[in-house]
Amino acid sequence: MNRIDKKFEELRKQGKKALITFITAGDPDIETTYDIVLALEEAGADIIELGIPYSDPLADGPTIQASSQRALRNGVKIPDIMKLVGKIRIKSDIPLVYLVYYNSMFKYGIQKFLEESKKSGVDGLIIPDLPLEERKDILEEADKYGIHLIPLVAPTSKERIKAITENGKGFVYCVTLTGVTGARENIETDLEEYMNTVSSYTNMPKALGFGISTPEMAKKLKDLSDGIIVGSALVERIAKGYNKSEMLQEVKNFVSSLKEVL
Amino acid sequence: MSGRFGKFGGQYVPETVMNALIELEKEFEKAKQDEKFMEEYRYYLREYSGRPIPLYYAENLTKRLGGAKIYLKREDLNHTGAHKINNVLGQILLAKRMNKKRVIAETGAGQHGVATATAAAMFGMECEIFMGEEDIKRQALNVFRMKLLGAKVTAVKSGTKTLKDAVNEAIRDWVTNIDTTFYVIGSVVGPHPYPTMVRDFQRIIGDEAKEQILQKEGRLPDYIVACVGGGSNAMGIFYPFLEDKEVKLIGVEAAGEGIETGKHASAMAKGSVGVLHGMMTYLLQDEEGRILPVYSISAGLDYPGVGPEHAYLKEIGRAEYVYATDEEALAAFMDLSQTEGIIPALESAHALAYAMKLARKLDKDKIIVVNLSGRGDKDVNTVAKVMGVEL
Repeated sequence: MNRIDKKFEELRKQGKKALITFITAGDPDIETTYDIVLALEEAGADIIELGIPYSDPLADGPTIQASSQRALRNGVKIPDIMKLVGKIRIKSDIPLVYLVYYNSMFKYGIQKFLEESKKSGVDGLIIPDLPLEERKDILEEADKYGIHLIPLVAPTSKERIKAITENGKGFVYCVTLTGVTGARENIETDLEEYMNTVSSYTNMPKALGFGISTPEMAKKLKDLSDGIIVGSALVERIAKGYNKSEMLQEVKNFVSSLKEVL
Repeated sequence: MSGRFGKFGGQYVPETVMNALIELEKEFEKAKQDEKFMEEYRYYLREYSGRPIPLYYAENLTKRLGGAKIYLKREDLNHTGAHKINNVLGQILLAKRMNKKRVIAETGAGQHGVATATAAAMFGMECEIFMGEEDIKRQALNVFRMKLLGAKVTAVKSGTKTLKDAVNEAIRDWVTNIDTTFYVIGSVVGPHPYPTMVRDFQRIIGDEAKEQILQKEGRLPDYIVACVGGGSNAMGIFYPFLEDKEVKLIGVEAAGEGIETGKHASAMAKGSVGVLHGMMTYLLQDEEGRILPVYSISAGLDYPGVGPEHAYLKEIGRAEYVYATDEEALAAFMDLSQTEGIIPALESAHALAYAMKLARKLDKDKIIVVNLSGRGDKDVNTVAKVMGVEL
């Protein structure tokens, strides 16, 4: 059974919601990313999204763009990230999902990318620029490797949600707003109506992401979904320029405070 | 697989904009069949932009080169000084038809930004232009023109701070303001239906050129030469000739300081297939698909990709893609200024540079049509700097 499915099953039994955290692989460097992943798990993260840094991340706001740039300047390459995942797997069984822009995978070689992902222990893929119309081949290929292609829906998706979630695996990534990633103070979308629409089309676990930046927001939204995704607010803390042990402590405190309300 | 040219094109964009793209495609298809809409489009091309535009026989240049006859399609005579306005008028009318009150656009050299700001001013729409911080420094005059026209110019500070990043930022804005905003893309790039739509709004160049050359010469030309950044002026003049197999179509990319130096923008010559800005096409990228910095003296050709239909025309062999360096383009810029009294845009000078080389090798009974896509007023500062002249 895929680790993502197992995790949602486990949480469902406990009556808990999933905390899904995003960080960019290689920001500030690959070794520190390893430490951050373990710290996230220790503090209560249920699933970890590892961003593969990209030159043109058009679904991302300034925080994650800057994070991606830092990782690229460090010369982080896809094989380094695969190795990182392998190393994490020795210590941890936490579900790991790549956030990868399509061109990274395409140019690297889709078969090669999937094969190495499987071998190192990746459980899922989120490809923010691969909509329903373009995903068919990847979906079939990923299935062969037992890797979940996580479907994304947006408040503008409406009746498309049916087709998007039909062959979906893992969970539905419900984008909370029309916009790019980045911490927000509040979210204006009518999320209750939106999540009702999503639920009317699918029984898959649903996670809300984009803009969620505080435990207060997470607490307010948790009843609408099965999980909460936090990215930019976490990346900001990693980038703040503390020394490493202070940063890891700050990350743990933040993640515990999120997990507590879920 | 709708919206494909062979394997090229597609819609590699966030889900948030998919319904908007589907709606845009539907509206565009309806508008194309709507005689009233098309008449309004032609009205503004005629009365506002000054079309039809002459196909000028460059007699002095032809005689000096001693080879094939050179004709210039004078797109530089359009209102705002380049072919960009043809497409902008079409898209703004479509925005109006779809009740959008705000338009956004990306711009490199500033020509598309100026054209969009111009049409937005006339139609009373709110307008925001995204422009790389580097390009803002290089094109101060066009930035001021856009502001005069009432547009907001937003400096893009991400990535390489040039055209590619301006497109990213425009897409990010569009994702955010999808309900109110129409994204006016300036070239035959982006997700479907943009490459097709922009081509259809630019084909007026080729339609006119065909009629004009038949009138003047009683036959079709042997060659059509146009510069290619994203490739909208080239696609516009090529498209009506695609079925006329005897007409050779040549796109000229920017070779910057030389194709072997790494400082160039020749996606066809040195690129590989990948995905950027919603489309599958030829791109300058590294082995992990990260987009490489590009360079050309001409900000309008400074783009790491090329329109997907061009990628297809290359693949099936219907069009040939070559390149010209900064130096060759500058020489052509001077040449045309001094022999014909026409100062071309540096972009168009790339096409001209190749056409002049070609003309010398051909017999006098051959005909070359060069798309003179824009005028060079915007480039005089750049050229003066290269010449060491202080203005």
